[in-house]
Amino acid sequence: MDNELASLTVIFTEFYYWVTVPMMFLIHVGFCMYEVGASRWRNHMHTLMKNTMLIPLVTVTFYFFGWWIYFAFPNGPWIIGDLLSAPWAEPWNELMGTHMGGPPAGTDITAEDTAYWARINGVFWAAFLLFSWTAASIVSGSVIERIRPTAFWILAVLIGSFCWIIDAAWGWHPDGWMVQVLGYHDAYASGVIHAIAGGFALGILIVLGPRINKFRADGTPRNINPQNPWMVTLGLFIIYVGFWGFYVACNVPIIDIQSGDGVFYSATNIYLGPTTLSAITFNFLMSLSGGLMMAYLVSNGDAFWTYSGGLAGIITASAGNDLYHPVQAMLIGAVGCWVAYKMHFWVERKFKIDDAVGAVAVHGYAGFLGVVIAGFMLWGYPASPNPDYAHINPLGNFLGAIIMFGVLGFLPGYVGARILHGFGILRVPKEIELAGLDLGEIHNRALDKQELAEARAETERELTGAK
Amino acid sequence: MATGQVESWAGTIADIGPMYPFVGTEVIWVIVGVVFWLAWHVIQARKENREWEEDLRKFGGKQLPGEEYYDH
Repeated sequence: MDNELASLTVIFTEFYYWVTVPMMFLIHVGFCMYEVGASRWRNHMHTLMKNTMLIPLVTVTFYFFGWWIYFAFPNGPWIIGDLLSAPWAEPWNELMGTHMGGPPAGTDITAEDTAYWARINGVFWAAFLLFSWTAASIVSGSVIERIRPTAFWILAVLIGSFCWIIDAAWGWHPDGWMVQVLGYHDAYASGVIHAIAGGFALGILIVLGPRINKFRADGTPRNINPQNPWMVTLGLFIIYVGFWGFYVACNVPIIDIQSGDGVFYSATNIYLGPTTLSAITFNFLMSLSGGLMMAYLVSNGDAFWTYSGGLAGIITASAGNDLYHPVQAMLIGAVGCWVAYKMHFWVERKFKIDDAVGAVAVHGYAGFLGVVIAGFMLWGYPASPNPDYAHINPLGNFLGAIIMFGVLGFLPGYVGARILHGFGILRVPKEIELAGLDLGEIHNRALDKQELAEARAETERELTGAK
Repeated sequence: MATGQVESWAGTIADIGPMYPFVGTEVIWVIVGVVFWLAWHVIQARKENREWEEDLRKFGGKQLPGEEYYDH
């Protein structure tokens, strides 16, 4: 920080990630609106609080251990190597607090560590943390109106501060073992966030079961439409806005990418491979458009599915949106949206899975497909600037999609839900579900109303008496 | 008495490291923080059990005023 250009580069990077945080905060605002709008009146407050309280719980646990996992687990550990040392990410390390970057007070870090991490650690941590919220929030929507908040918050910590950040260390880190060995490429997190969250939600849904009366006696599904379509669609619109922050946070904004002699500064993806903000702006909007157009057609203009289809479009193209041509991004978005829509209703009918907001389809199936498509579309591209690492290939990305959706998503979701079910704390009691999770609150509102009516009558009597 | 390592901003800024109070006691803070987090889950679960037991005892799962909205 002793010359203007170096300082500007560091402070620009610090500011860049900082800006992504409030942008991504909007994703959570959107998810809350969307879920409450989709839930029935008698469950509104519990639905809101279920999603809201994952914020502090995932935040503190991501501080305590999630951030450290990202830097310590790229080798598995013990898949291709040992646990890595990452003192700057340990919760008791001085770099996890207010720091000017001067000489370290402790002996576990160097002056180089403090100079590098003092201004980046907090904002980089927060950018990843907001991904953690998103992963948990995706799950939250699918299980509304019957999961116990106690159980959900434990599962939110499991996906938000443990499972997803392991997958990030494996497949979303410049030296992750999946990048090194499989040539895994998933620049804007089709698999790393969306497939894993969709798989995790599916694992829980199988154990949790459908909402009461969701299926008729003959097994055909009843449509439980969103209770407040305006709130749902506005929520989804806000998620689109937040998604920009998500894309921005997936980049390193300025770094020297020239190997060997010379210097060339550019933005890169998370693997430190070159891309530009211009490229991802093209592709974000084109894949959104492809998704929206297909969703409108396939759902016959249903607002809920059209908006969700826009998300599915972005999610499907995200794995390769650092490199695709914009028209490719649009078409991939359209295909992903079609598959997600069809899969949602097929799985619902065939397996009696009640995914209240279509999260497994929009995030899980579209994310899975997006990773697979990127393996074909980007076949032969380097997965990393490191020439010793594997190149992108269809098999590597297919295996990666299975690891994301199945191994780190579905499996922990299913096992976690099984354990909570075993303790009898997964699902709300049947009587409560029927009457509404906000039962006590509704009763209190009724009492308030009654008391206010009595008070008004009393005042009117006093006024009449005074006359 | 000073809780932190910074007593003046007039020195060489590049020499300033950690700026929070009680440097060296981080492990204790983290332990207290983890206990707070775990205790929150336990207390919350107990409160939730009590809330729903109370609801079931009081109302027996009967629908309440406003039930006209219930099946939307």
